[in-house]
Amino acid sequence: MDILKFITAGSVDDGKSTLIGRLLYDTNSVLDDQLEAIQRANRKNNDGTLDLAILTDGLKAEREQGITIDVAYKYFQTEARKFIIADAPGHIQYTRNMVTGASNSDLAIILIDARKGVVEQTRRHSFIVSLLAIPNVLVCVNKMDMVDYDWAVFDKVKEDYERLTESLNIRQVDYIPVSALKGDNIVNPSANMPWYTGKPLLGFLETVTVSKARETAQARFPVQWVIRPQTDELHDYRGYAGRVVGGEFRVGDPVVVLPSGFSSVIERIELAAQTLDVAEDGASVVIHLKDDIDISRGDILVKQNEQPAVSQQFEAEICWMDTRPLDTGQVYLLQHHGKVAKVKIQDVVYRVDMQTLEKSPGGDFGLNDIGKVQFKSADPLAIDSYVANKANGGAILIDARNNLTVAALMITQSE
Amino acid sequence: MDYLDHLEAEAIYILREVAGQFEKPALLFSGGKDSITLVHLAEKAFRPGKFPFPLVHIDTGHNFPETIAFRDELVARLGERLIVGYVQDSIDAGKVVEQKGKNASRNALQTVTLLDTIAEHGFDACIGGARRDEEKARAKERIFSVRDEFGQWDPKRQRPELWNIYNGRIQKGENVRVFPISNWTELDVWNYIRRENIKLPSIYFSHERDVITRNGQLMAAAEFLNIDHEDVIEYRKVRFRTVGDMTCTAAVPSEAYHIDDIIEEIRLSKISERGARMDDKVSEAAMEDRKKSGYF
Repeated sequence: MDILKFITAGSVDDGKSTLIGRLLYDTNSVLDDQLEAIQRANRKNNDGTLDLAILTDGLKAEREQGITIDVAYKYFQTEARKFIIADAPGHIQYTRNMVTGASNSDLAIILIDARKGVVEQTRRHSFIVSLLAIPNVLVCVNKMDMVDYDWAVFDKVKEDYERLTESLNIRQVDYIPVSALKGDNIVNPSANMPWYTGKPLLGFLETVTVSKARETAQARFPVQWVIRPQTDELHDYRGYAGRVVGGEFRVGDPVVVLPSGFSSVIERIELAAQTLDVAEDGASVVIHLKDDIDISRGDILVKQNEQPAVSQQFEAEICWMDTRPLDTGQVYLLQHHGKVAKVKIQDVVYRVDMQTLEKSPGGDFGLNDIGKVQFKSADPLAIDSYVANKANGGAILIDARNNLTVAALMITQSE
Repeated sequence: MDYLDHLEAEAIYILREVAGQFEKPALLFSGGKDSITLVHLAEKAFRPGKFPFPLVHIDTGHNFPETIAFRDELVARLGERLIVGYVQDSIDAGKVVEQKGKNASRNALQTVTLLDTIAEHGFDACIGGARRDEEKARAKERIFSVRDEFGQWDPKRQRPELWNIYNGRIQKGENVRVFPISNWTELDVWNYIRRENIKLPSIYFSHERDVITRNGQLMAAAEFLNIDHEDVIEYRKVRFRTVGDMTCTAAVPSEAYHIDDIIEEIRLSKISERGARMDDKVSEAAMEDRKKSGYF
């Protein structure tokens, strides 16, 4: 059994929380005492049925305002898969929270209200999905019950969305007509839409194949921690602990340590008491090298024939996440795996108008702004482009004055 | 990668990030299955080296004796350091006042003892076994959850947490609560315990003991519960799904003697794990409110 991580984007008005609530409810993932709590809260829909949206709004402020402010993680499981939902707010004011939720997702569900069709918000959400390089998109055309389950309405939305994705980096798009409120095409095929012959939402999620881009990327192993017991019997034990981010490593692979450039060969790979031949993508292991060389946290092991650029100058798409705007005169800290380096802003290449998605040169970055910036780093960084390796092409920016995470960086090129 | 391998790899990665980013971390150990699982993961993350942190137990004094015996055996086997913060010490020092009456519990008091223990030892990161599926406020919390000088969680000012990059930079006096098994569900933990053959305190399995019924829940008949003539003591076959202290952890009637039985029982159960926790029943936002004031 594997895990599918997906994000749902859309506003409360689109029925996003209702959709998630419906998925949880219909897969028996809501238990009696949780239902009782909902009943105690006495939130009902107009027709007297239970308001499932309340299942996802975890904070007092959210319940009071009836909106989603921050990402909530929800879990459910069927015989086929374990699912992790990042339930992200859709409002423009919470763009950064959606970016946060999107960063760890393999699939995005974009909700479109059948009555309204593709709107500004749909474009903005799709743009973020493309920016964070989520490979699969599922468009749920919701509230089909409000348009008499009309095939033509569904087809029109599909046509409009296909046009929208032409300019975006989205590889695979699927479409399902649903009514989250009534439960049409959520778990069971809808009798109201015999014209739709595809799978209902749950069946789709259970079987969809997500991109294996990480497995086929070049192999990277950021060192987190060096294990040196220094006991009598383990006097010479020196293991490099970390997690494989993209590709795989095998015993016998010639490797290079970056940024120093020293080379060696993998002698042994361990996971606790087990010895492995291969460390696959995502595995947390301990690697031993043939040669005793200086390696510490922040260094990255790569294969000799798959080396990334090691550079102090690079360009990145950024999403600004702090209320204090980007100050181009300020030195920030960049965190990339175990490495923290001082960086300066060389140039603002462009900023995207989030209403129109048009790029304009230069400009200031405030909360939720997205654009492209050139950086100069005090230390050399072994960093990939985000498109080539998501797991080694992302970084965060920290404001050293208050330690806050102020931006997400998706590297576009380094030189 | 199988889902349990994925969850394990993620948790090990998070534990090593704590080791790499902090000066004085600690692992909060309650004796419950989630913190026992954390200890197992720490062994996978750091052996054959020593743990880069001590275990810290906040002891309410109202423990199940089985839990304390288990804790001491585990610590002896590990050869790691255990630090105990006693709620009784906070009471004796006049820092907190013991609740009165039949439903008195030390659950709320332990926050003060926890914060004092953190301050006394200067811990900058505390690893905990909380999971997001437990409760709706927890569903919102980051894996690295920054707490201010007063230990408080501010849900509106959480740092964005992108990919697997955790920002643990803090000012002096602040600390970070770290939750490596955030993405695990109750069933995931049990399946992992079965797969890894992890030992647990006996009270997780069905056994016979004296119980009383309080507010519709079965409670172990212990002296801390201020039992009086209105309480009817029954001898029943029960087990505990979560292990907090005896005043706030309810038992469930159960015939589950083996871990396979427990997994089957949870699959079929219609009541959530925290449904047996009196501390969550206070109000709709009970957990959010406690976290804001410094709870785990």
